Amino acid sequence: MTAATLSPLPSTLRTGLARGGAEVRMFFRAKEAVIFTFCFPAFVLLLLGSIFTESDPGAAAPMSQVFAAGMIAYGILSTAFTSVGVGIAADREDGTLKRLRGTPVTMASYFIGKIVLVAVATLAEVALLLAVGVFAFGLELPTDPGRWWTFAWILALSVIACTLLGISASSLARSSRSAAAVLNLPVIALQFSSGIFVAISTLPKAMLDIAAFFPVRWMGQGFRSVFLPDSMAAGEVAGSWEPGMTALVLGAWCVIGLVLCLTTFRWTERRTG
Amino acid sequence: MNAIEVRELRKSYGDHVAVRGIDLTVAEGEVFALLGPNGAGKTTTTEVLEGYRARDGGDVRVLGQDPASAGRRWRADIGIVLQTATDAAELSVRETVRQFAGYYPDPRDVEEVIDLCGLTAKAGARVQSLSGGQRRRVDVALGIIGRPRLLFLDEPTTGFDPEARRQFWELVRTLSREGTTILLTTHYLDEAEALADRLAVIAAGRIVAEGTPSTLGGRDSAPATVSWRDGDGAHEVRTVDPIGTVVNLARHTGISGLQVRQPSLEDIYLDLIGAKA
Repeated sequence: MTAATLSPLPSTLRTGLARGGAEVRMFFRAKEAVIFTFCFPAFVLLLLGSIFTESDPGAAAPMSQVFAAGMIAYGILSTAFTSVGVGIAADREDGTLKRLRGTPVTMASYFIGKIVLVAVATLAEVALLLAVGVFAFGLELPTDPGRWWTFAWILALSVIACTLLGISASSLARSSRSAAAVLNLPVIALQFSSGIFVAISTLPKAMLDIAAFFPVRWMGQGFRSVFLPDSMAAGEVAGSWEPGMTALVLGAWCVIGLVLCLTTFRWTERRTG
Repeated sequence: MNAIEVRELRKSYGDHVAVRGIDLTVAEGEVFALLGPNGAGKTTTTEVLEGYRARDGGDVRVLGQDPASAGRRWRADIGIVLQTATDAAELSVRETVRQFAGYYPDPRDVEEVIDLCGLTAKAGARVQSLSGGQRRRVDVALGIIGRPRLLFLDEPTTGFDPEARRQFWELVRTLSREGTTILLTTHYLDEAEALADRLAVIAAGRIVAEGTPSTLGGRDSAPATVSWRDGDGAHEVRTVDPIGTVVNLARHTGISGLQVRQPSLEDIYLDLIGAKA
């Protein structure tokens, strides 16, 4: 057989997109994933928005809208960080990765598939959260293209950072069952300390200082800057929206995530015996 | 060209030596069975051949290439049926097979493979709803969808009912007739006997015997057992000349229940791995 008679191997991109289609189908067919991972942030938003109905005196937007805008950060954490981390741990455990390694599929195709899943799930998640914000709590979507531009770059940086960190975190867990628990700890801790689940004005300064090193605080602040009136910036830690600092911190986490990813990713489970 | 050539393969995990110098040659088009108890080094050997595991020493050529450094083109030429995979549970059988067909340059027809593996009735069912034996058939379907020149079957019929096993054997024979080289590891000696052109027994990291199912471990020359009944009751003798014994018996009258038994492959195997006292 000569090289000329061989059919070409499918390209990495084509295989990756095909994998993405399958990943999306699998994600939305798994009922537990849809209910607990996908709908959970909207559920938390409904609860918090209904409990904390009083606004800060003189504030231009009610507390429920502050939660609605910030909760997008939680949505991204759950569809990018948590589902990717748990999903890869599961792929490692159930034989998906091992089986793929025995085929011409490349590691890049596998990750393209994950990226497609994250993109689709995140857009759906954000749409769901905005729908709850608009219909339940009267959040107004901006009409200024500048704000949507801000939304786009914060969303992009957040998704990239969270996905890369999720891939790295998947190697921390010994099994897919423990992965959900392991990954939820930082997610929950950062939601509280970054002012996603509680009003920033109620948080101790030390907690805010620590949270400032992590991406969640900047994601929440960034999305509030998109969907809340500018006068609400007074309620933020620095009293302003700090877009430059947001870009810097989120960009830095993208780099950290990439480095962690490249140094920790494993195709298979740790050898146990 | 030989499909598989292994010289002096060695592999240890820490202090534990799993494979201590294995030589193996599998010709193209052959069905070769690897037998051995759990922990004998079967899985380690196949995983080195499949490119999953790095070896410590020795020379390995699979389809002319070193699995440790072979690329995508080589992977397109081999098919692997893994032992324990539970992936793709939310996809249907057809979706899963079609998905994998897209990974290969020259795949088989999706419906043809589903049919060959006896999954036609279940083609639309989610993989998670299948029984263990049906899942195994999906594994086989995914292993052959890429039209491999060399197929690795790692205990493929575990969990099959007898009928499914016979069907699977037919499938292996079909693939073999088409020219696919097959490396089969199995616990079932009848399976090895039914399918393999040649086989090898691994024990404690070494190959202790190699041959055809009828000659392995001197099976063809080992003493046979001749048994019969006559007026005095039941008789049984072990002899290297069973034909002579039968010719002798033919001179007597009142003989019934005459049987001549060569040692079974199982007898030979148990002897080889030292499981028999």
